[in-house]
Amino acid sequence: MSRKPPERDVALAVQKLRVHYAKRGRLRFSSHRDFQRALERALRRAEVPMAYSAGFSPHPKISYANSAPTGVASEAEYVEIGVTKQCDPERMRVALDEALPPGLDVVDVVTAATPDFVNRLEASRWRFELPGVDLVTAQAAADAFLAQSEVIVERLMKNGIRKFDTREAVVSLTVSDESGVSGSQGSGAGDSCAILEVVTRHVTPSVRPDDLLAALRIAAHLVPPVPPRVTRLAQGPLVPGSTEIGDPFAPDRAALVSTS
Amino acid sequence: MTTPHAHVPGASIFDRLEALLPFVSKPIQYVGGELNAVQKPWDSVDVRWAIMYPDAYEVGAPNQGVQILYEVINERPDALAERTYAVWPDLEKLMRENQVPQFTVDSHRALGDFDVVGMSFSTELGYTNMLTAIDLAGVPVLAADRDDTHPIIVAGGHAAFNPETIAEFVDAAVMGDGEEAVLLITDIVRDWKNEGRPEGRVGLLRRLALTGVIYVPRFYDVEYLDDGRIKRIVPNEADIPWRVRKFTLMDLDSWPYPKAPLVPLAETVHERMSVEIFRGCTRGCRFCQAGMITRPVRERSITGIAEMVENGLCKTGYEEVGLLSLSSADHTEIAEIAKGLADRYEGTETALSLPSTRVDAFNIDLANELSRNGRRSGLTFAPEGGSERMRKVINKQVTEEDLIRTVSAAYGAGWRQVKLYFMVGLPTETDEDVMQVAELAREVIKAGRAASGRRDIRCTVSIGGFVPKPHTPFQWASQLNHEATDARLHKLRDAIRADREYGKSIGLRYHDGKPGIVEGLLSRGDRRVGRVILQAWRDGARFDGWSEHFSFDRWMNAAAVALADEPVDVDWFTTRERQQSEVLPWGHLDSGLDADWLWEDWQDSLSEVGVEDCRWTPCFDCGVCDQMETEIQVGPTGVVTLPMPTVRTTAVLAEIDA
Ligand code: B12
Ligand code: SF4
Repeated sequence: MSRKPPERDVALAVQKLRVHYAKRGRLRFSSHRDFQRALERALRRAEVPMAYSAGFSPHPKISYANSAPTGVASEAEYVEIGVTKQCDPERMRVALDEALPPGLDVVDVVTAATPDFVNRLEASRWRFELPGVDLVTAQAAADAFLAQSEVIVERLMKNGIRKFDTREAVVSLTVSDESGVSGSQGSGAGDSCAILEVVTRHVTPSVRPDDLLAALRIAAHLVPPVPPRVTRLAQGPLVPGSTEIGDPFAPDRAALVSTS
Repeated sequence: MTTPHAHVPGASIFDRLEALLPFVSKPIQYVGGELNAVQKPWDSVDVRWAIMYPDAYEVGAPNQGVQILYEVINERPDALAERTYAVWPDLEKLMRENQVPQFTVDSHRALGDFDVVGMSFSTELGYTNMLTAIDLAGVPVLAADRDDTHPIIVAGGHAAFNPETIAEFVDAAVMGDGEEAVLLITDIVRDWKNEGRPEGRVGLLRRLALTGVIYVPRFYDVEYLDDGRIKRIVPNEADIPWRVRKFTLMDLDSWPYPKAPLVPLAETVHERMSVEIFRGCTRGCRFCQAGMITRPVRERSITGIAEMVENGLCKTGYEEVGLLSLSSADHTEIAEIAKGLADRYEGTETALSLPSTRVDAFNIDLANELSRNGRRSGLTFAPEGGSERMRKVINKQVTEEDLIRTVSAAYGAGWRQVKLYFMVGLPTETDEDVMQVAELAREVIKAGRAASGRRDIRCTVSIGGFVPKPHTPFQWASQLNHEATDARLHKLRDAIRADREYGKSIGLRYHDGKPGIVEGLLSRGDRRVGRVILQAWRDGARFDGWSEHFSFDRWMNAAAVALADEPVDVDWFTTRERQQSEVLPWGHLDSGLDADWLWEDWQDSLSEVGVEDCRWTPCFDCGVCDQMETEIQVGPTGVVTLPMPTVRTTAVLAEIDA
């Protein structure tokens, strides 16, 4: 038999692989649960020798981190997968990418050589395309937001409505313009399309794209005429003294080089 | 924000839909992107199909029939097929406000751009959703108002065996297996288009009608008697056949579809892969429309099944395979299949399941075999009738002794939970027959406690209202009204609740009788019921199979309005018993079953006489094989061991010799 899920009693993972994937195009509407199901099936199709937890209903050993919300596209999502046989990261990347539907694309796979991966995901860079909003309006909104020391928003959470600050988490907020260039939304909402790029620190509760939009509405009365298209561009450690985000796989790569 | 859009046929409307998706629940259901979905260039083919399952994506996406037809059409180089499902009211509202048309999920093409829209009706409760979709597509809901720019709308599936209630909305209907039907329709549409569309739409519909296997309602006139009954149904053009036959696919092994099952991203009602192990059922349960209209039995061979299982698992990554059919334990080689597959997938995470309804000990062995991997789905049995007498009436040949023996074996083998299916409102039923359900459940628990030596075993009784269906021996029967249905159900509930010794171990699941009356109206109605459907839909009827959307009052009001000038009403269509001489609305539609045989079986039922299964007793001339020139195709093939699948190399491993 070639399909080889693990022998139950050797469920121990001999290797952990970190997968960097993207959620693109129409698949940005997939939820975290949708992705989980798709990934588990893809792993089986790709015949990845997954490690399973012990117990009555074994489940694959996969850890998910900070997934982008439903509706938000992402170039920088990460999961960690335990396997029972040594796998080649590049082969795994190719096989897994092939097994996932187009739009869930595997960008990179490394062997986990360092601990504390999730802690390395310190910050995210978000891109907001705002069709129908011109550069001047967007810049004014950004300035107004940045001028505040605190912008409180509300969000409905499991235990009711919670109020929290968004300003503190924002490391940078820049505005650029793609008027007349975009056309991707095709919404007919005029030609102007301002672009916001926001770097946020991962805090608790996390400040998500929706919260940032709410904050811009509250702090600067920015109300985009059509829903903005949001993409997470990067996720990883904040490069000290800058607003850049580093490659979260760098330590794994370095460790690998030094051992080989 | 709506500027007019110059729409190129076949172009994606996704950008317009996308702007609405942040505001609706579960947007993933509208974006497609399933594994194994197919997208073909619009201009590369002659004939373009959109296939609709007129219910929510979560129910429609796993539907076998749609997946089969989708693949059969897409395999042709000259045709393409895309899928569409009913949109929930939140999106419907936004689509109307923003003039976004009904779309396919594959390439987000507008439904109105296609040549043919195939509607797959498993249940009559999908009719109103069809109207929503046609209307959102910008296509007139009445077939008579359509012109050459509009697609033709073809109904299929079990609930198209009486297409009279939707005759005003569809251009054509097909009964029976769809594989060859869609190929035939594709040929006819292609030739007609390539010849320059002679005589336009009517010309095409005439070509379809002349085949004798595609029903085109516009070529048939219905005449009524003064009392409201049908006088006759006649072709209104020379050469149009008087009767229209169903399709029957023979040799299932040469139709191993779906070869690449769709794997949705969104969560659906059926999170597993399905392999259809045979088609048809000749057990002859008299209430069962599916059994009656899919005759004769045609088995897939053990090797054919094994190949489909292995191939499907490779292509989907599913963890569970369901071996489906109307009565899977009846496959002549089911024991060999179960053992063969269980052996092959032993030690893997792959689970096998079999919707089990047969009440005998053999079923328990099977269930044990299939759950070797450690997973135990519940065991389900369907005695359907509570009393011995009732089971004779419906021809469900199960004795109480059989049932008790079977459940004892199940509880003894470690199952803690057994599900039992019953019906209420069957012909000749009395309160007493229904109370026997409680009695039976009590005996089941008693036997279960004895067999397992535990008190924590349970049984769940699911009881559904019986709706008489066309092309069955009960097509003449009176349907029980909803008040009486509810009264019987409440009596049963009270009896179970009052039982101190066993009541707590018995769960009861039932629905009230009202939706059944609407289903009955739609099932056995004629063209006049079409007006009721239109009225109800205009009044807001959507998703009628969902209790949170269904409104009985809306339907009754619609019927009162739409049938005001007619000598008939809802009761006339539902609770009225029909006589042998009455012309039934589907009388000209040939499911193969001989009308006299059906009537005799109905009479036998009333005298509590059973009928055997023609698979293992001589033919009793139901008419199907003669009429349709088909035959029973069953094993045994004698093959007991499965061939090994071709060995795949696990390409992700670190050290691998290429
Ligand atoms: C047998 C059966 C089962 C079996 C097997 C399922 C199977 N084989 O797919 C089991 C027990 C597993 C089952 C489970 C369930 N079922 Co079921 N099942 C049925 C039943 C009785 C027959 C289905 C069948 O024979 N399928 C085999 C395929 C190959 O046949 P087909 O779909 O009819 O399609 C063929 C033809 O009809 C034709 N055709 C179909 N459409 C069209 C269209 C055109 C244009 C043409 C030309 C031809 C054509 O071509 C196809 C290929 O030959 C139907 C009732 C019915 N009347 O259809 C309910 C039914 C489909 N099930 C239903 C439900 C709810 C379920 C469950 C969700 C129950 C549950 N809660 O778990 C699950 C989900 C399963 C799933 N796959 O979605 C509902 C669906 C309700 C709805 N809103 O649509 C139905 C309608 C029963 C009902 N009235 O409630 N089911
Ligand atoms: S004609 Fe006879 S053999 Fe054929 S399906 Fe009917 S009962 Fe079975």
